[in-house]
Amino acid sequence: MTAYVLRRLLLMLPVAFLVTVGVFLLIHLSPGDPALIILGEDRSPQAIAQIHQELGLDKPLYVQYVIWLGHIGHGDWGRSITTHQPVATAITERLPATFELGLTALLWSLLVAIPLGTIAAVRRGSVADQVATGITVAGVSIPNFFIGIVLIFLLSVSLRMFPFGGYVPFLQDPLESLRHVALPAIALGTAGAAINMRFTRSSMIEVLNHDYIRTARAKGASWRRVVFVHALKNALIPVVTIIGLQIGGIIEGAVVTETVFTWPGVGRLAVESIFNRDYTVVQGIVLLAAFSYMVANLLVDLAYAWLDPRISYA
Amino acid sequence: MAFAHLLEVDDIHSHLTVKDGTVSAVNGVSFTVDAGETLGIVGESGSGKSMTALSIMRLLPRSGSIVRGKVTFKGRVLTELSEEEMESIRGTEIAMIFQDPMTSLNPVYRTGWQVGEPLRIHRHVDTRTSIKAAVDLFKKVGIPDASKRVGEFPHMFSGGMRQRAMIAMGLSTSPSLLIADEPTTALDVTIQAQILELLRTLNRDYGTATILITHNLGVVAGMCDRVIVMYAGRVVEQGRTEDVFARPEHPYTWSLLRSIPRLDADEHEPLKPIDGSPPDMIRLPTGCKFTPRCPFAIARCAKEEPELLAVRDQLSRCWVTQGGVTLDGADLG
Repeated sequence: MTAYVLRRLLLMLPVAFLVTVGVFLLIHLSPGDPALIILGEDRSPQAIAQIHQELGLDKPLYVQYVIWLGHIGHGDWGRSITTHQPVATAITERLPATFELGLTALLWSLLVAIPLGTIAAVRRGSVADQVATGITVAGVSIPNFFIGIVLIFLLSVSLRMFPFGGYVPFLQDPLESLRHVALPAIALGTAGAAINMRFTRSSMIEVLNHDYIRTARAKGASWRRVVFVHALKNALIPVVTIIGLQIGGIIEGAVVTETVFTWPGVGRLAVESIFNRDYTVVQGIVLLAAFSYMVANLLVDLAYAWLDPRISYA
Repeated sequence: MAFAHLLEVDDIHSHLTVKDGTVSAVNGVSFTVDAGETLGIVGESGSGKSMTALSIMRLLPRSGSIVRGKVTFKGRVLTELSEEEMESIRGTEIAMIFQDPMTSLNPVYRTGWQVGEPLRIHRHVDTRTSIKAAVDLFKKVGIPDASKRVGEFPHMFSGGMRQRAMIAMGLSTSPSLLIADEPTTALDVTIQAQILELLRTLNRDYGTATILITHNLGVVAGMCDRVIVMYAGRVVEQGRTEDVFARPEHPYTWSLLRSIPRLDADEHEPLKPIDGSPPDMIRLPTGCKFTPRCPFAIARCAKEEPELLAVRDQLSRCWVTQGGVTLDGADLG
């Protein structure tokens, strides 16, 4: 297993290289000259050239890349063009908020998806199944910013059940923290819940037709035991793949939700930085998002090993 | 308490809903099994053998249901029990093992955990005790290196070893009746013999009554006290194995026995398959269902369906033999 993890990490290197090249090029291809933002109104050609020289933007692209990569490797992600704060610090400050939001959203999506998907599969064709399917279609088709706005209007503004916006760190006051994260997490997690439910349902239906389910029934196992002990572990194997992608997508998914809920996370930092043409920060965030996909994929593969003993890591 | 029979199946009718309509998969099947006895059920695929077994266990697929009839086991009417009561009989009093050991074990749990599970469900023992019991059961069914193999997953077992594990699972609670649904069909011939020998030993040593479902007449001859021959969801012949094999009283049984290739036959002699193909269960012919393939058929066969009646020492559902005619291969060449 250790050897497998090491090999997987080694295999991640070429992917990581391509990711950095992609991120670097993408930012340089996007319109807008950082020098113009730094200079503001005073934009004489000399001043622009000077800024370009200071930032190293006058050098050939591949040289810029190598320099940048060297800095990234040493933990120096550059400085924000607008606030002059180190990018790494700017992102790390915002990470806990995004992490809490993303994790709560994921938890919410699983708490909804796995029981509903299981019930829908066990009683397929029933009213419960059709209601669950209806919720799924709605969950996928309604954009999460709209769900967010509706939740804010109903539960926060009208009924005053939840506070609007604001982030309270979990370690500071767990209960208050959950009250604040609830609405954005529901808004962010609902689409995922709908997709996870569909996957759980179809996977569960397939698993319930297997011979070993009949064996379990022939042993005298109750339906509940058959479904939750014998079927669920098998049914979750494909669902884990989707969950992995969702973990990787927390940062990008949070962009819209964090903006709607004025949530001080990495997603909103990304939006602010894009508007400010703060390309060093944007670069940092995109890089982080890409790396989190890679880590999520690794976690998925490790979860497979636990769920399915047939997968060999030799 | 004493009962007339351990198991009494009385006029069971089970239907299956398929895309094109309803199939009467089991049609008025009746038989009994006594304690310690081995009963064989033979017939080709789709004849209703497995559906009969699943009806006894009340484990028909979602699309299936028992529409009529009664199953009595040790005096209790299984067909009237609640699902919970039925669960307390499955795996304790009646155990069942299935055709394909490759797919009948759960791939994500260790074999020992699965074999010991009936003990955890019915005897409420803890996991450690149940796995210890699984080690003993593995030894009993001849799985070598038992204490190591209980910790392995099904994919690490060969087909024969998996079927042994299935049998061990079935025996864990010492049931009075074991239903084996084609237990050797998916296995190599040499392994088949080992598994059958194991079933025979267990039947002898523990007195477990066995219903052995198979399409292999050789297996029936070697294993079973009595035999039931099924065709198109019906019992067409029933009797003591030696009687049925020595002098079949139904043309289907006769054809089955005749179609077995013999080593001592002339090598130029062609094989003798049964003419025609198995019946379309949705559009069954009127009269005797075997008529289209029957070399002995008379005019009455296509019009009226015969009852299962005594013919000599056994029961047969055939107008020809009920009319006193003897089936004889020589007449047909």
